[in-house]
Amino acid sequence: MPHDHASHDDPHALLPSDPALRVKALETLLTKKGLIDPAALDEIIDTYENKIGPRNGARVVARAWSNPAFHDALMKDATSVVADLGFYGRQGEHMVAVVNTDTVHNMVVCTLCSCYPWPLLGIPPGWYKSDAYRARVVREPRKVLAEFGVVLPDDTAVRVWDSTAEMRYLVIPQRPAGTEGMDEEALMALVSRDSMIGTGLAGRP
Amino acid sequence: MSRLHDMGGRFGDGAVEPEAEDIKFHADWHPRALALTVATGAVGAFNLDMSRHARESLSPKDYMRFSYYEKWLGGLANVLTQTGVITREELAGSVDPAPSPLSPRKLTADRVAGVLAKGGPVERPSNVAPAFVAGDTVIARKFAENADVSGGHTRLPSYAAGARGRILRLHGSHVFPDSNAHGGGEAPEPLYAVVFAAAELWAHPEHPNDEVVVDMWQSYLTAAP
Repeated sequence: MPHDHASHDDPHALLPSDPALRVKALETLLTKKGLIDPAALDEIIDTYENKIGPRNGARVVARAWSNPAFHDALMKDATSVVADLGFYGRQGEHMVAVVNTDTVHNMVVCTLCSCYPWPLLGIPPGWYKSDAYRARVVREPRKVLAEFGVVLPDDTAVRVWDSTAEMRYLVIPQRPAGTEGMDEEALMALVSRDSMIGTGLAGRP
Repeated sequence: MSRLHDMGGRFGDGAVEPEAEDIKFHADWHPRALALTVATGAVGAFNLDMSRHARESLSPKDYMRFSYYEKWLGGLANVLTQTGVITREELAGSVDPAPSPLSPRKLTADRVAGVLAKGGPVERPSNVAPAFVAGDTVIARKFAENADVSGGHTRLPSYAAGARGRILRLHGSHVFPDSNAHGGGEAPEPLYAVVFAAAELWAHPEHPNDEVVVDMWQSYLTAAP
């Protein structure tokens, strides 16, 4: 049954009103037309549910913290450096790393849609795709940070990166004090997804 | 301000709600909607910019009431119909679906890993020479609208339209979405990260030192006088 779309006649309005049935109807149609292999859908879901996620980015951050040559190479050409670690692909074809310091705190958003570095962080969290984040973070990043429990010193500037193109940004959070001598695996545990988007800080050991 | 997706700087939205890292989807049908969109895109009937434009062209009423993946589904159904891959009658279920001539390009399960790993890079050689270098002062186009197609696709957010910024870096030359979304070809041109002082964008910036960086194609920019 078509759903309530009295205001226009967009093709999508011909699909069922319940979104779960809408997906099913479209999948069935495209399968019958020979355009979709349902097994491929299972494979895509498995990839983003189980294989690609923010631990990839955490490895990049931990290595950047502990290896100055890697850090320098990452800043010059993040795309090829992370590709060498096996982190490349859809929604991560062009990557840039930005480093937090005492004077600059970087945050990432896509105000127009939800662009995000999938090969490094997986699919974006709900809040990253929300109207509230997209609308507010460019205008009031510090209020948004406070909602994540982060308060910056007054002499730290906020630089918000709006990913309007295919460039994908990875924030390198500041390495916490007291982590000298920790190995890459231990450092990775301190790197949260949010710290790599800029809505969080790295954890304390 | 031309369409509702262009919401950067809008007032009135509520608090951002953080969530745990292990939450990937919020309903059983979400992963299916994502996978369906990715798999259909791999057939190559439309490009990324057409797909984005379809989502962003949902009616304001639909755009606001749809959840995230409903926007994806709405955009997908619309772009498939607009490109003639499916018909309205097939969508409505009033006729038996006809086999598609594109079916040899169907993404099969064994090719998924390779296709996802390969991605779709958009950096291209271009015959448009870079007009700016890092440090140059530039002005973003006054209208956050497609310069050639009325109501067409653009990646210039309205909050930065007309603003004065500084070139931070050149990203190389990339496919130009304003052209590629409308069958005008890839038309690659230089893409820059342009930094704007918050005070240039907002009447009441939170902090005098804050900045916003926006990726902008050369066509969006002129040299500041």
